[in-house]
Amino acid sequence: MRFAFSDDQLLLQSTVRDFLKKECTPEIVRALWASESGHGAVLWSKLAELGVPGALVPDAHGGMGLDERDLVLLLEETGRAALPAPIVATAAVGAPLLRDAGSGALNDAWLPRVAAGDAILAVGHPANPFVTDAGVADLLLLAHGGELHALERSAATLTHQPANDPARRLYSVAWTPSAATRIASGDVARRLLDAALDRGALAIAAQAIGVAEQLLEIAVAYAMQREQFGRPIGSFQALQHKLADVKVKLEYARPVVYKAAHSVAIGIATRVVDVSHAKLAATEAAGFAARVALQVHGAIGYTWEQDLHLWMRRAWSLEREFGDATFHLDRVSAFVLEGGAAIGPGDTFQAHD
Amino acid sequence: MDLSYTSTQQAFRAEARAWLTAHVPKAALRSFDTVEGAAEHRAWERILNGGGWAMVPWPVEYGGRGANLLEWLIFEEEYYRAGAPRRINQNGIFLLGPTIMEFGTPEQKARFLPKIASSEEVWAQGWSEPNAGSDMAAIQATARLDGDPRQPSSQYYVLNGQKTWASRGAFADWLFGLFRTDPASERHKGLTFVLVPLETPGVTVRPIAQLDGETGFAEVFFDDARVPVANRLGGESKGWNVAMATAGFERGLMLRSPARFQETARKLVALYRENEANAPANTREEVVRCWMHAEAYALDTYRTVSRLIGGGKIGAEASLNKIFWSELDLRMHETALRILGHRGDLLPEAPAATGVGAPALRVYNWLDGYLFSLSGPIYAGTNEIQRNVIAERILGLPRSF
Repeated sequence: MRFAFSDDQLLLQSTVRDFLKKECTPEIVRALWASESGHGAVLWSKLAELGVPGALVPDAHGGMGLDERDLVLLLEETGRAALPAPIVATAAVGAPLLRDAGSGALNDAWLPRVAAGDAILAVGHPANPFVTDAGVADLLLLAHGGELHALERSAATLTHQPANDPARRLYSVAWTPSAATRIASGDVARRLLDAALDRGALAIAAQAIGVAEQLLEIAVAYAMQREQFGRPIGSFQALQHKLADVKVKLEYARPVVYKAAHSVAIGIATRVVDVSHAKLAATEAAGFAARVALQVHGAIGYTWEQDLHLWMRRAWSLEREFGDATFHLDRVSAFVLEGGAAIGPGDTFQAHD
Repeated sequence: MDLSYTSTQQAFRAEARAWLTAHVPKAALRSFDTVEGAAEHRAWERILNGGGWAMVPWPVEYGGRGANLLEWLIFEEEYYRAGAPRRINQNGIFLLGPTIMEFGTPEQKARFLPKIASSEEVWAQGWSEPNAGSDMAAIQATARLDGDPRQPSSQYYVLNGQKTWASRGAFADWLFGLFRTDPASERHKGLTFVLVPLETPGVTVRPIAQLDGETGFAEVFFDDARVPVANRLGGESKGWNVAMATAGFERGLMLRSPARFQETARKLVALYRENEANAPANTREEVVRCWMHAEAYALDTYRTVSRLIGGGKIGAEASLNKIFWSELDLRMHETALRILGHRGDLLPEAPAATGVGAPALRVYNWLDGYLFSLSGPIYAGTNEIQRNVIAERILGLPRSF
């Protein structure tokens, strides 16, 4: 029993953090908002040099061969930077979905390209009515009637659905399933899609932790700098206590996300509960951080020019991706109220032994 | 990261579970804030200590089991799971004990720790005064050093003043607290941490009835009460730092291990399931959220313990813990009372009160628990003070008070 990350894991996290601080500034995010594709090709290839898109790709296919316990810290950093890139779909969901689907030819063709930063994946999961960042994807992994299909983007017709966070582009996808596009069906497809949902929700939760941390940091910095009544507004308890509450919510979401990462990595059945708890706790922390950060800023926070909304919009949109609060609350409720599982003291890690 | 227990830890859990199953009293004890209940709880502590389970993480020489903090968490889980009695000497075992371990002389450790572990000496807290509540540095009670300075070990402190809200004061043997040794000092400077036998001439204890009707705390008056200088913990006028360490233990890890809240959450789930047909619909989500929060508190504690075993220290983040568990405890009891409806208003002796408790080993009275949970956001530093601490010491905002 050791609930802590290794020095290697923390080192990789801080490497990615430093990189994004330099290469994914608010100016760059805004420039990508305004660009036609919304995608930073240079940024993506540099991320690939660090190994991020191929973190879960096996060594044999040129990836880092890591698991969710490593990736969760990197995704946190992508949230902290409000990174506009298809990292969840490619690194956290698409790559392991391809890997586990087990089609040798498809893996040989695509996984090395994913790891090298030469191919982007988009995932059309039944939990999400739109396919995020499909417009820049090379390969689409799409669910259809309980089956899983893979097709190149050129084989589908995409309709952009402009949405609240300009950094996440949503698409409706029209395509024709066929025997040639099908990569899994029946129980195999169901298991793959279930795993994809949990990986996606976990990844979103990890990003939400980073978003919440950044929102709190921005709000505290502003409260120190902005003066009214002759003193920094951060010296007023009315604001201090709101910010303290954000910190409480954030710090009690964090270990839930880390436990869920562990449960997904080792593939236990109770990962479903852990992931749902993580998704709820982290996205609610991010949503609350957004609300408080805006209030601390006052009118200036309500402007387009202020960078605050880079993270606020991310916080709002993450709430819906890979299952909203109602969906995840239902999954936890089923476990706690109907499952008959032991849920008291001493039972927290029962599935891990 | 490895979230499985080692075979040693599993064996430790099995051993604790077997012992507790065999020894935990079958009938619930009366409240330890009553004369009879205090005696029952002292008797239970003797049994616990006899089995070597009273102070699991302490060194064997001080009456402990020499276990690490992870094993202590496991023991706590088993303790609450077994429905074992509350710890009458929590001030001693969870607050003063660790403080003596950190600041005490070898003589003080040998003198006090074994009797804390066995609860032969039950401790009361002596922080608050009528004019020093949240503003603890405003303490006015004094300790004047007296006696022959050529024989320092024969010197003593003469105590004067008043403490109040002294938890367990009504039934305790000793009191620890802060006294002003330097009359010219201001605020937190010039305070000294002193250990006082409550039977000392000049000490008067006056119990105070609490909101729940029991005398869980007391006023304590000092009128030229003399205690040996050997009863000083830490240096003279260095008491503030000692007290802050004690407060840290109270807010977080030691006193409020997660098992207590997980057990309440488990009971709440059981209560909801028993009453599902009649419970207000919106209590369902609350019950599930309470359970999630109790789990989150456990996960955070495991993470903290892993960090401490790796050499880390606990600092201001104990304030995060205190807000989280106290508000969770209150929320769980509020939810339970909403599920119970009118029955939640009944005292245990009401004929219609049957079934009000959860189907646990013994009936749990949610109304009693609710009244107790209301004190959580107040004691150990109000939650407003905790938010000030977080703002200033964790977020780096300017001091606001």
